Order: sequence, then C-alpha cells, then structure tokens
Amino acid sequence: MSAIKDSKDVLRQGAVRTIERRAFLKQGLSLGALTLLTGCDVTDQDSVQTALNAISRWNDRVQATLFSNRLVPTYPESAAVKDFRSNQYYGEDAVPKIEGSSFKLGLSGLIDNRKPWTLPELYALPQTSQVTRHVCVEGWSMIGKWTGVPFRTFLERIGADLSAKYVGFECADGYYSSIDMASALHPQTLLTFKISDETLAPKYGYPLKLRVPTKLGFKNPKWITAMYVTNRFSGGFWEDRGYNWFSGI
Amino acid sequence: MNTDERGTVKVHPGVVRVTHWINVVAIAIMIGSGWRIWNSSPIFDFSFPVAATIGGDPATSQDVHNELGLAGALQWHFAGMWLLVVNGLVYLVYGIWSGHFRHALFPVSPSAFLRDALAALTFRLPHRLGVYNAVQKALYLGVLLAGIVMVLTGLSIWKPGQFQELAFVFGGYDTARLIHFLGMSAIVLFLVVHIALVIIVPKTLPAMITGRAAAHAPEILQESAG
Repeated sequence: MSAIKDSKDVLRQGAVRTIERRAFLKQGLSLGALTLLTGCDVTDQDSVQTALNAISRWNDRVQATLFSNRLVPTYPESAAVKDFRSNQYYGEDAVPKIEGSSFKLGLSGLIDNRKPWTLPELYALPQTSQVTRHVCVEGWSMIGKWTGVPFRTFLERIGADLSAKYVGFECADGYYSSIDMASALHPQTLLTFKISDETLAPKYGYPLKLRVPTKLGFKNPKWITAMYVTNRFSGGFWEDRGYNWFSGI
Repeated sequence: MNTDERGTVKVHPGVVRVTHWINVVAIAIMIGSGWRIWNSSPIFDFSFPVAATIGGDPATSQDVHNELGLAGALQWHFAGMWLLVVNGLVYLVYGIWSGHFRHALFPVSPSAFLRDALAALTFRLPHRLGVYNAVQKALYLGVLLAGIVMVLTGLSIWKPGQFQELAFVFGGYDTARLIHFLGMSAIVLFLVVHIALVIIVPKTLPAMITGRAAAHAPEILQESAG
C-alpha cells in the first residue's frame, strides 16, 4: 500500500512522463518474456483460447471464400512415392483390420437412398487415378498415386443433397471428420480403394480412404465405415482438438 | 526539424513508432509459434527449445489432446499472420505514401555501404537519431525484403493448391518451406544485431517510443556504434 501511495506522490511531483515510460517498457518486456520464455502458458487461459478459436473460425470462412474448383497440381507417376508414410493417432500395429467381404458403408443424413454399400458395389463405379501431393499439418509432404471413384459421382449416385453444407465421416478406429460440400464436390476429391496401384493396405485405410487433395492430410479420413450429409457443423477428431477445421491448401 | 520547448526534435513519425511496436508483438508470435511448428517436422536435424516456443503447454496438450501443442502453435501462427500483414500493410502504404522510405532508406549505394560498414567495424561510425547510415539503410531494406518473402512463402506453404503459381515461383511446396525457414533465420539474425545496437546506443529506445530526441546532443554524434 505504501508503495502505491509513494508512487502517487512521485506522480504528483511531476515525474509522470518518466514513470509512464518505465511502466510501458516494463510491460513490454514482460509481454516479451511471457511469449518468448515461458512456452506461453497464455494459450491455456480461457479468454486467449476463446479468441484464438474465434480467429480459427474466421480463417475457416476466409479459406471457404478463397476456395475454387481449380485443380491442384498433378505429377508424373514416376514422382509418386511407393512406400507412403502413414499417420494415425496411435501406433501403426493398432490400425483397424477390416474384413472386406462383410464390409458395408453406412449412409445417413440428407441422402435419398441410404442403402448401405458393399465393396463390390463400390468397385463397380467409374474409377479414376490421380498423382497429387499430400500435405501434412505437421509440415511434411509426399506425392502419391490414389485410385477410386470421384466423390461427386458417388454423392450424385446416392442422391445426396448437394446444396447441404457438410459431408461427415465416421471411421473404424473412432476417428471422425467433416468437410464442406464445395470441397466434397471438387473434381479431384476421390473415394479411394487403391494407393500406388495396390488395394489399400490396412495402414492406408482399407477398404475406403477419402482423398481430398485440396485439404491437409488429416482431412483425408481412412477406414471410413459411415458417412452422412448434413447442414449441422460436426467438427472432427483433430478439429475438436484445436486444429483448423477447413484446413484447405 | 522543429525543436520544441524542451529542446527535442521529432525523429520517428507516429505511424512508424506504432507499427514498430505492433510488429514486435507480431514477430514474437510468428517466430515463437513458427519454432513450435518446425519442431513437429523439422527440415534439418534440430529442434527449438520448447520453452522458447508458443503454443500451449506441451504436457497438457499431450494429456488432453494426444499431441504436443502443435494445434495451439498453428492457432497462434494463423492469428499472428493477420496482425503481421495488416500492420505491415499500414507501414508499407504509409512509408511509400508519406515519402518516409524515400527519405529514410534511400539512396543506399554500395560505396556508401562499404564506407559505413568499415567505419562501424572500426567503431568510428557516428549515430544520429532518425538519420540512418548506409549500413542501417541496407539492413532495414534487407529485413523489409525478408518480411515480404516470409509473407509470400508463408502463403505458398499455407495454400500450395489455391496459390500454386506463387508456390511455383518459390520452387514448389518443399522449397518454399525451406525459404520460409531461411527467411526466419535472416530476420532472427537481424534482430540480434538490431537489439545489440540498441543496447550499445540505449537512447535509440526512448526515441522509438516518444518519437523525439534531444536536438542539441553532440554526444549522440559521437556514439561509436551504428
């Protein structure tokens, strides 16, 4: 208390400017120290985190505005990596091993024909291949070749409401994600069955992986068991843990 | 220059001072969070000390999110980018429109640079607040250029699909990412020199806050560092 009183006296004595400058410098230094030296615990403060989340939502909108149907670059087949890296939120030996003969892709939401699809039925759809760059949110990237049915073709075949906002996915390992309809309808978005001309190995998402070359790797769900079309925002596994939802590239 | 009743002159315009200090915050956010992002997938075989990075407590993130604080770092980076870019644009537009760049940073000739660099290295370079010598001009222009390259390579690795022409200019995604790292390194080197010189010539610090310095201060002219 006496310190406060003392400083008030000093202020009255006309040394205002010096004190203010020192306080400004001190605050500037502690801000610098806080952000640079402490590993920044300020992220864990609710108000800061709320602001960061709000900016991330704003960035979703900016990215949706930037998004267009222009194609991402494609590469010659020779550029495709054969031994592709696989990531999941647990160890590789724990990836789901799905029995293809009994597999059915479940459909729900704003879809006219919600009959589940077997693999032979899916394989009978027109297929195409692409050699594109997979960009991981961690920073690494890798060029691969994927083969499957254009997702737009599949959405049209099942009578999905193409004016809905989102398409969501549920996966055999508990992973889940959702994408905007514009990205779902992008000509290079594929529901894939193969990587490097071979049926997806378990670690690559057998039997179904969505390839969205316009988005970061974690927006390309593997081991898809169910999908739905909706107008209700439903986030995703990493998205609910702070990663940007749109994550377009 | 107009001398006021306290015998000081204006050496830094208000816009330059405000954007300078906002930039301090923006750069701290971008470098701190950028280092954490680097750590998640380093190009070269080293990591930045986590204590020097931004993005939330790694142990907490591991417990709650099953990840080492990359999500928080990305949130900071893509929030800080707005502060950096908007503030940078205000500074650039002001600098060009007001003639600040023309007066303060140009001309800078190779011969003048060599002369002043030699003088600085032998501690004979005078320092006048608000008037930049050729070494300072070259450094400030260089760091401005580095900042522009950082924004452009940043856009290239954020949107290598939507901004594929830009990414192409920087040699594609992976090369743009490398240049983004090298640009950061250049800016950090600049900051080391910049802050070292402020420590050697401390009266430059209040001048960047108040904008004013003593008009008749022969000791400033005799300062040995640039």
